[in-house]
Amino acid sequence: MLSSILLSAVTFPLAVMNLWHAVPLVVSVSLVWSATRHELLQPILHHAVRFALWVLGFMGIFMVLLGIMQYFAG
Amino acid sequence: MAKVILPAGYNEPATEAAVEIDLKSPGTAALLAWLVPGLGHIYQGRTGKGILFFVCVLGTFAYGMILGQGKVVYAASPSPLPIPGPFYQRWQYVCQVGVGLAAMPAYLQTVRDPTGESQASSDEQGGFMAPPRQRPFRYTDDSNNETIQPTEQALWAARNHPNFEVGTVYTVIAGLLNLLVICDAYAGPLVIAPAKEEPESDDEKS
Repeated sequence: MLSSILLSAVTFPLAVMNLWHAVPLVVSVSLVWSATRHELLQPILHHAVRFALWVLGFMGIFMVLLGIMQYFAG
Repeated sequence: MAKVILPAGYNEPATEAAVEIDLKSPGTAALLAWLVPGLGHIYQGRTGKGILFFVCVLGTFAYGMILGQGKVVYAASPSPLPIPGPFYQRWQYVCQVGVGLAAMPAYLQTVRDPTGESQASSDEQGGFMAPPRQRPFRYTDDSNNETIQPTEQALWAARNHPNFEVGTVYTVIAGLLNLLVICDAYAGPLVIAPAKEEPESDDEKS
């Protein structure tokens, strides 16, 4: 039990560091996606922010689910 | 001259007036948008969106190339599979070629030298966007463990793990994003119809 917690404490920051690669991708995809749905800047930015939050929330839910599965599988 | 009119109120927050877009020659704009992301929009006079697409799509592609140390975009290499064409072994290139000219050197390299052998000056470096060489390569990792990688692609993946895979994903997504940009240059934005507010019924009022 203690070893699995220690292992998680070591691997979790690494996973978080790898997640930084997702940030520019989320920004880019959100802006391009919303710019193909609107023509003016304000609606593009408005849509992009909502889209990015939705994507990050989706990723967060899956990250938590995978973490729970890893905990019970490990 | 093709024109598209976006109805008033389709945006969120809603715009009061309709937006008219002059698509000029949609086919030419789509071709320019494929060659250089955003160029089709600049041709149509939609400069702001053109710059946005240029920065986002080519920025994503360039970031992927940097992560993959310039090795993630190549067209193909010889395979025992009896399937013709330059894309059969590197399906990711079908998506990467969506960014247009930026991915074209890989195709030219494959047409010029399918094995990548003639451009290699040493065992370490092949040509720019050249296909990986199909022979064993010696690889020494950070712990001084020496292994023999079966192909040059395996060498790239081992030497640059996991950024080789992450860079590949970035360049693939850049190519796919540009397909959306091409559609936008050809036909204008995909308008989301405004939700109509249902009038309150008498029962709810009471």
